[in-house]
Amino acid sequence: MAAYLARRLLLALVTIWAISVVTFVIIQLPPGDFVDAYIANLSASGSMVSAQEAEALRVLYGLDQPIWVQYLKWAARVVRGDFGMSMEWGRPVTEVLGDRLWLTVLVSLLAILVTWGLALPIGIYSAVRQYSLADYVFTFVGFVGIAVPSFLVALVVMYFGFTLFGANIGGLFSKEFELAPWSWAKVRDLLGHLPIPVLILALAGTAQLIRVMRANLLDELGKPYVVTARARGLPEHRVILKYPVRAALNPFASTIGYLFPFVVSGSIVISLVMSLPTVGPLLLRALVAQDMFLAGTIILLLGVLTVLGTLISDLVLMWIDPRVRAGIQG
Amino acid sequence: MSGPPLAAAEVAASGGEERVAVASQLQLTWWRFKKHRVALASGIVVIFFYLVAILADFLAVTDPHATDARRSYVPPQAIHWFDEDGSFRPHVYALKGKRDPRTFRLAYAPDPSEKRYLVLFARGYSYSFLGLFGTDRHLLGVHDGRPEESLFLLGTDQLGRDVWSRLMWGTRTSLFIGLVGVGLSLFLGVLLGGLSGLYGGVVDTLIQRLIEILRSVPTIPLWMGLAAALPASWSVTRVYFAITVIISLIGWTELARVVRGRFLSLREEDFVIAAELAGASRMRIIFRHMVPSFLSHIIAAISLALPAMIISETTLSFLGLGLRPPAISWGVLLQDAQNIQSLGIAPWLLLPAIPVIGVILAFNFLGDGLRDAADPYG
Repeated sequence: MAAYLARRLLLALVTIWAISVVTFVIIQLPPGDFVDAYIANLSASGSMVSAQEAEALRVLYGLDQPIWVQYLKWAARVVRGDFGMSMEWGRPVTEVLGDRLWLTVLVSLLAILVTWGLALPIGIYSAVRQYSLADYVFTFVGFVGIAVPSFLVALVVMYFGFTLFGANIGGLFSKEFELAPWSWAKVRDLLGHLPIPVLILALAGTAQLIRVMRANLLDELGKPYVVTARARGLPEHRVILKYPVRAALNPFASTIGYLFPFVVSGSIVISLVMSLPTVGPLLLRALVAQDMFLAGTIILLLGVLTVLGTLISDLVLMWIDPRVRAGIQG
Repeated sequence: MSGPPLAAAEVAASGGEERVAVASQLQLTWWRFKKHRVALASGIVVIFFYLVAILADFLAVTDPHATDARRSYVPPQAIHWFDEDGSFRPHVYALKGKRDPRTFRLAYAPDPSEKRYLVLFARGYSYSFLGLFGTDRHLLGVHDGRPEESLFLLGTDQLGRDVWSRLMWGTRTSLFIGLVGVGLSLFLGVLLGGLSGLYGGVVDTLIQRLIEILRSVPTIPLWMGLAAALPASWSVTRVYFAITVIISLIGWTELARVVRGRFLSLREEDFVIAAELAGASRMRIIFRHMVPSFLSHIIAAISLALPAMIISETTLSFLGLGLRPPAISWGVLLQDAQNIQSLGIAPWLLLPAIPVIGVILAFNFLGDGLRDAADPYG
């Protein structure tokens, strides 16, 4: 068990390191650096920047040094929790991010909880009542959930919200709370806005998990131990819930590792469509403006949070699966 | 689930034991696949979509790039199939623009007094048919009149471009970007998955960790970063190519997993060992003996990877980070429907969503059927 834990932790660390390198390289890929973009911006508004000033700016931001030095400097500061300045906003990155990161986490986590909460009972029901009407309905809904890109679902929901109810259902706060400091009223307002984006975000993952759960459970239900349990007179709900469901949960838990990145990715797209105040719209803007510290931080933090989520799901897997606990590789 | 009994039923159903005994894996797969009605129907739908993609020019009624500021947001036209006397003569009503006296918006209304009869194989804008010969014939046109002025099957967008014709072109782009992307993923997946399964040991561990790392990273932010890094000065073709590469860079992991799994299980098979003992070279064993026996698995994996590619392209282009206008793809078309205000004015801009959903559903059903059929022995 300790070896398993150590292996997982090491892999998580390597992944985080790889994410940091990749994000840094991505930010460096476009030709020209921030100062070029900054100068272009200024000259568009009429003011000029001399070559000396540009050079001074480059030195100030460390852009004149070799790329690996820039990376190491950035990484060293990141480890200390200093993510640098957002060059476009002229404020520390953490300040620009503000609540957005936590709202992203909140929306994603809720979506995962909803995914679990829906997929588990529906999957069990579909397997136990295979080929019933409800099974067909859920299978169909599942296919639609997989086939329709989340941004389309968001668009269609927004459209009907707009035409049928005349309401803009985007955003996470009502207008009067957008800039207000946190208060109970604001939390209540947030809770009122959360269900629609969370449900849309959960749809695709739920559809996949229902299919996984159904297939797994169907495999288990035909096994002799289920027949034995039934023959010994156990009540039906115990027959199903106590053994086959537990066994079917193993592959279920291991797919959660892939659910995390999936949901986080989805939240970015949905945030852009529904204009949610998460990191999604900020990331798009930062990338377009080549605001490298801001974009890098967002990609890095999303990656790190996802890896942590995956790690947690691995621990859950260990808790569910005695074979992993005993150190046997399944 | 489908154990030996099913395989036996297979024998009986496909006519004689001898036929089954000598049938190749692909033949067995095909026999079994044919029984899966939904998958078969989906396969036909997929073929239909690719026909549309190939014949996009012919199916388009007007030049999809031609703008006309006077005809922005023309709603889709209804086709009237019969004349007043009951004879079958499909036609549309000519559109008369009228300015709303309050909002000054130009609103189009059909004018029943002026009919435009539809004709097949009409003349329209010139194009090169499949790159073979130039022609100006299109499937649909109007009798004495230019389609640009009178035929709007799915309405027009803000710049007055015909949505139907753009949809045909978008279908071509989106479906082929999926194919090219899957081709690249397949190459990477077979190469790395094959190496992983064949050599095992350190190579396997390294490649498996790489896959795990790639799969634990949220892809959309990564794609956004890569796509945003493409210089704005690049030509449409270069951006198209770069986007395809970006999408397939992350899409290969699933294919690699399938290939590796197959290699691992086949390595121990009797016929592989027999070939080895008979002194066959490694390359011969791989390509003559191993690949044919898991080809059907790869085909199944491909048909499940394609819709993922199409969703990726559509999503990226929708965000404005994928293909950029003047390129036309489903994502670019849906980008016009991005804000709720323009959707309120022109809900038909959301119509390109229907083929997106249709083709992805069809691919999923097809892939599921193929995956089931890929294991004829259970």
